[in-house]
Amino acid sequence: MSSKSTLQLALGPVLFFWSRDEILRFYAEAAQWPLDTVYLGEVVCARRQQVRTQEWISLAHDLADSGKEVVLSCQALLESETDLRRLRRLVENGRVHVEANDLGAARLARQQGLPFVAGPHLNIYNADTLALVQRLGAYRWVPPLEMDGTTLAAILHALPSRQPAGAAPIQTEVFAWGLMPLAFSARCFTARHYNLNKDDCQFRCLEHPDGMRLATREGQEFLTINGIQTLSGGCADLLPHLAALSAMGVQAVRISPQWQHTEQVVQAFADVLDGRVAATVAGERLAPLAPGPLVDGYWRGVAGMQAVEEEDHAHA
Amino acid sequence: MSELPTPTPVPALPELVCPAGSLPALKAAIDHGADAVYIGLKNETNARNFAGLNFDATSAREGLRYAQQHGRRVFMAINTYAQGADIGRWQRAVDEAADLGVDAVILADPGLLDYAARRHPALRLHLSVQGSATNYEAVNLAHELFGVQRAVLPRVLTLDQVRHVIEHTPVQIEVFGFGSLCVMVEGRCLLSSYATGESPNTHGVCSPAKYVRWEQRPQALDARLNGILIDRYAASEPAGYPTLCKGRFEVQDETYYALEEPTSLNVVAMLPQVIAMGVAAIKVEGRQRSPAYVAQVTQVLREALDAAAGMGTRFQVKPAWQQALGKVAEGQQQTLGAYSRPWR
Repeated sequence: MSSKSTLQLALGPVLFFWSRDEILRFYAEAAQWPLDTVYLGEVVCARRQQVRTQEWISLAHDLADSGKEVVLSCQALLESETDLRRLRRLVENGRVHVEANDLGAARLARQQGLPFVAGPHLNIYNADTLALVQRLGAYRWVPPLEMDGTTLAAILHALPSRQPAGAAPIQTEVFAWGLMPLAFSARCFTARHYNLNKDDCQFRCLEHPDGMRLATREGQEFLTINGIQTLSGGCADLLPHLAALSAMGVQAVRISPQWQHTEQVVQAFADVLDGRVAATVAGERLAPLAPGPLVDGYWRGVAGMQAVEEEDHAHA
Repeated sequence: MSELPTPTPVPALPELVCPAGSLPALKAAIDHGADAVYIGLKNETNARNFAGLNFDATSAREGLRYAQQHGRRVFMAINTYAQGADIGRWQRAVDEAADLGVDAVILADPGLLDYAARRHPALRLHLSVQGSATNYEAVNLAHELFGVQRAVLPRVLTLDQVRHVIEHTPVQIEVFGFGSLCVMVEGRCLLSSYATGESPNTHGVCSPAKYVRWEQRPQALDARLNGILIDRYAASEPAGYPTLCKGRFEVQDETYYALEEPTSLNVVAMLPQVIAMGVAAIKVEGRQRSPAYVAQVTQVLREALDAAAGMGTRFQVKPAWQQALGKVAEGQQQTLGAYSRPWR
């Protein structure tokens, strides 16, 4: 990409369990980064309470003062009344939008009249569902991680005919960097690894700020264990495809926080979007900082774990 | 929808809903005591899109006739997510189900539920387990928007959590009672497409057979999925299908079933609690399994349900039931799954 892109940069919620101090430090720094949107909140596990719901809300409001768009991300797997109580507090925060990752969250946001981001776990796979979610109050959506570029382009092309009359077009944000959240379970795989019950997990996730690597018996990196969540072993990298994303009408790309080097990742994306650095160069710069091998198979319509092809980076 | 349908009263005994991947399986289920069977069409519109399985219009009509003759019901699962800009194939599947006169369609995709509710207002809608509704707010949204009358809960909730949902919704609740166990929340698992490009949500498959390769080595049998080593069996070990969450992997220098051991869910021991809390239906997994499996499981669950009816705390699990179910269970092991707290 040689000229300046209009794509916005978003920082996704931290998916791992970091201590309260680390979270506060991370967002103090992120406030200075070249980002348009910052998502924050606990998406994965109800037992992760280093930062309490009220603190997430205060943090979100403080960050909003810095001029960025701030969105409170909601837990994806909502099982108990406690989960729902926390969700209601987020939806009723009174100032910033929420990211709904469950139909229950969408219902509450709708009741509250609060515009929301339809998160990647809402399972929006077609233009009809997208139009429906927009009618419920979504102003932005994040396609499922497994959606390929061709399908997304077709949906965005069909969308104008399905939109509610007079509605502003819904914005599209694509997950473009980081280990990909692939699955949720009621079971905790980190606790399982340590032979602990989930209810007495001793918060061992704190010891794995980038998750635990899961490899095949041949040593091939495959998945990442993060409590009740399973992430990819590979690191999504859509740097080679930013121009295509922009051309099909995507408004923003999401960078998923990692334990180290998130700032360099954000800067590299910003450099590419500003036309200061070629995607190839940025890709080479980021490869050693990635939490896993670079993959973009989903975007190309093949197995998600397929590696970014050399020529893709070269032609970007 | 301006007027919500009146919730159907919950029957005293949960309905027994059994899988039918073929006409012989459908007949086996009905002959052995299923109250309802669920079927799918021969395409990617349902979450068991396996070669040699499922129904065309002719076999579906014959199945419906057989069920109606015996006073039982037929549901049709159209429970993958419609893909892309044109969801016509999924809409036509709903139209076909309505034309056939099925008793309900089981859907997951919100856009498709919306279509079904508008186009076929008399068609009864069930929210599929693939719809990932794990809480009453989600279930109630599906009720408000589409008039969904029943929701199938993912296999991740404890019994107390199931009860909590039932207490806060007019929608009937169906739970899984027996079958192969998904450890992940249904509809929220992309592991299969990460490895192969095809997942339950996109193609109605998990760890599809066409990507499976067995490699016999001198000391071991390797089971691969799209080239990825899912498990390696010593000569003395029974080999299982390489469903990718059920393999043995390495985490921090330990090799073990890092996600899930091959097991079957079996809630027979908890039937009195399940009945008491007002569960509307108990579902058996396994449209990919044989008519013999369907017959065996249906018969045992029918007998157990009838025994549990009205017996309350005097209900006792017959060893013969568990023996019979044990024979057909995946990996020959059974678990109470998420329903029982210690499992977690």
